[in-house]
Amino acid sequence: MEYQELPYVLIDYIGGKHGVHEDHVEFLKKYFHLITLKEYIENKKFLSEKIRAIYMWYHKPVVNEELLQSLPNLKIVASSGVGIDHLDLKLLSGYGVKASNTPFIVSSDTADLAMALMLASSRRLVEGYQMAVSPDTEYFPADWLGDAVSGATLGIIGMGSIGYKVAERAKAFEMKILYHNRNRRNKEEESAVGAVYCEKIHHLLQQSDFVLLSVNLMPATHKLIGKRELELMKPTATLINVSRGLVVDQDALVEALQNKVIKAAALDVTYPEPLPRDHPLLKLKNVIITPHMGTATKKTRLLMMENMIKSIQAGLMGLPIPHEVLL
Amino acid sequence: MFRRKAFSLLKTMPLKSGASNFASKFIHPVIAFHGHGCHRTSVDYRQAQDSPGSARGQTITAPQTKVMAEEELPGVLILGVGGTHGVLEDLAALLKKHFRLITMTEFLENKREISKKIQSIFVFECRPTIDRKLLESLPNLKVIGNSGVGVDHLDLKMIANFGVKVTNTPHAVADSTADIGMALMLASARRLVEGCQIAVSPDTKYFAVDWLGVEVTRSTLGIIGMGNIGYKVAQRARAFHMRILYHNRKQRRKEEEEAVGAHYCEKIEDLLQQSDFVMLVVNLTPETHKLIGKKELGLMKPTATLINISRGAVIDQDALAEALQNKVVRAAALDVTYPEPLPRDHPLLKLNNIIITPHIGTATVQALRMMAEEAIANMLAVLNGQPIPSEVFPK
Repeated sequence: MEYQELPYVLIDYIGGKHGVHEDHVEFLKKYFHLITLKEYIENKKFLSEKIRAIYMWYHKPVVNEELLQSLPNLKIVASSGVGIDHLDLKLLSGYGVKASNTPFIVSSDTADLAMALMLASSRRLVEGYQMAVSPDTEYFPADWLGDAVSGATLGIIGMGSIGYKVAERAKAFEMKILYHNRNRRNKEEESAVGAVYCEKIHHLLQQSDFVLLSVNLMPATHKLIGKRELELMKPTATLINVSRGLVVDQDALVEALQNKVIKAAALDVTYPEPLPRDHPLLKLKNVIITPHMGTATKKTRLLMMENMIKSIQAGLMGLPIPHEVLL
Repeated sequence: MFRRKAFSLLKTMPLKSGASNFASKFIHPVIAFHGHGCHRTSVDYRQAQDSPGSARGQTITAPQTKVMAEEELPGVLILGVGGTHGVLEDLAALLKKHFRLITMTEFLENKREISKKIQSIFVFECRPTIDRKLLESLPNLKVIGNSGVGVDHLDLKMIANFGVKVTNTPHAVADSTADIGMALMLASARRLVEGCQIAVSPDTKYFAVDWLGVEVTRSTLGIIGMGNIGYKVAQRARAFHMRILYHNRKQRRKEEEEAVGAHYCEKIEDLLQQSDFVMLVVNLTPETHKLIGKKELGLMKPTATLINISRGAVIDQDALAEALQNKVVRAAALDVTYPEPLPRDHPLLKLNNIIITPHIGTATVQALRMMAEEAIANMLAVLNGQPIPSEVFPK
C-alpha cells in the first residue's frame, strides 16, 4: 500500500510519560499515517477531513464536542484498556462515531495484580521490605506477623473476565470463594472455581477476609463501597480495588481505615490518579497504593495495540468491529 | 512414670475462619490408635484423616485427659516468652498444656535442680542455641523439637551422639512459605514495591504510562527443590497458566507431575536456561551451599528473576550482587539472606532491582500456631515412644 493511501489516524503524542509507546510506533506506521494532536492543530485545514480514526492511548487525546465537530470523516475511536467510563458514548453516537475497547487481553495481568496486592497486603510485604533495608534495622523481631492468604475467604464483587480469573488463581491457594455479580454464573463455571454466589452483597461483605472489587465503573457501581459496606466487613478484612477509584467512597474508606473498622486496603486505582500529595490515604500505614498498573506489562501493551489496529481497520472498512462498545 | 498417663492428642483450637485445622494433617495414624503401654484416649481416626478441605474451619477436639499437676508434665526448655526473640505468648500457652515450661533464665539460675527435668527443647527462630555445653548439662534430654522445617542451624551429628532426637515441622510451614514465594514472584515481576513508592512519593505529579513490569501468567517457572513447599508453589503457579519446570534430587511420580503440569529437568542447566522465574525451595545442606553462583546466574535469561525462599547460603551473594549490577539477570526477590539481617552497608541493599523481606515465610498467626502444634506432637511422640511424624536424621 502506498504511504498516501494509509488511513490518517489521530494520536495525542509519541513517547514521554503519556504518549503512544515509542517501540509501538514502527508497527503502527505500517497500518496508519499517524498524526499527532500538535501536527493536527498546526495544519487543521488540510488534516481535519483526512482523519478517519482516533487511537486513544490511556484516555488521550480527549474527545470532546469541539473535536468531533472538526473531524467530519471520523468513523471510530479505539480506546486502550477495558474501562470506558472516560468515553462519552452518547456524544460519539450522536456524531455517528463508533467506539472500541480492549477487553479480555487485559484480564490475566489485572488478575495477577489483584493477587499480588492481596498477598503483599496480607503478608505486609512492603513494610517487610522497608524493615529489611532500613539503615536502623539491627535484627528481625520474632513477633512481627502477617495473616495467611491460603485458606482464607475471598469475596469477589464483579465476576466478569477479570473477577473469574482471580477466582481461578485464588482456588489454587485453597481460598474459599464468594462472589457477587449482576448475573449469576452458570453451575459449571461456579464449580470449576468453587465459587459460591451471594445474591446479597452484604452476605459477601460479612464473611470475607478479602473483598475484591473487579466491576466496571458505571452509575450503578459509583460509590458501591461506602460507609455502610465498610462497616459490614470484618474488622480483620482487607479491601482490594482493581476497578476504578470511584467505585469506592474514598472519604468513607479513609475514616474506616483510620478507625480500624477494616484492617487494610490495597488499591491499584484511586480518584483522581495520582491522589493529591496531601491526601489522607497516602499517610495511612495500613494502605498500599500502586500507580494504576493493572496492564503494565510489555506483552499486554503490545496485544492492546494490535487489538486497536484491528478495531480501527474493521471500523474504516465498515466491517463488524471486534470489541465494539455499544451505548 | 508418665508412660502410664494418657496424653491427650492436642485439643485443637478453633482457628481463624479458613485456616486449616492443622492437627488433623500431621497426627500420625499410629499415634491415634495404638496403646504402646499408654492409656490412649481414643480419637475418631476418620475425623483426623479428613482431607484438608473438609477439615478446614472445623474443630477436632480430643477428649480431655485428666488434668495433671504441672510438675508431672515433662519439662521443655525454651529461650523465653515474649520480647523480640522469645516464644510468643499464645504459643507458650499451647506448650503449657503438655509440658512444664522452663525458660533459659530459670534453668541457669538453678541448673542442678532443673537440668534433670528437661526432657525436651522447643527451638523457636533458632533459639536457644544448641551447643555441646548445653547438651552435656541435660542428662534426661530426649528430643529437640524445632519450630520450622530448616535445621541447618543444628549440628545434627553432635546432637545424635548424645542420643537426642531432632524433629522439625515440614507440614506446618508449607502453605505460608509457598504463599510468600508467590508473593515475591508477583511483587518483583510487577514492580510492586517501586510502584508503591511512586504512588506515595511527594514528587509524583502523574503516573507514567510507559512504566512496565513483566508478565507472570503464561511465563515459565523453574522450581529448584520440589519438596512439600516446592510442590505447593507448583500448585499455585499452575493456576496462573505458568509453564512449570523443576529440578530435584529425585523425580516425582508421574501422577504428581501431571497434577501440576510440571516437567522434570534432570540437569539444572536446562531449567536455568528456559525459566523466566527461578525459585529456590531446597534445604540448606553441603550439596546446596552456594548452589546458585556466577555460572548458574550466567545461564539464566537476562530477563529472568531469581526468588529465594530457602536459605541465604544457597546463593553466592557476591555473585548475585554482581549479576544484578551488570543486568546478567533482571531482578531478585529474597526472603532469606546470609546473615539476617544483612550488614547495613551490604551491596545487595543498594540495588534497585531487588526486593528483600525479613524472613517472613512463616510469619503468620496461623503458621506459627500450626508449627507449635506440629512440634508439640513430635516431641510428645518421642517422649511416649511413639512413631515420630517428622524426625530429622544426620546424613
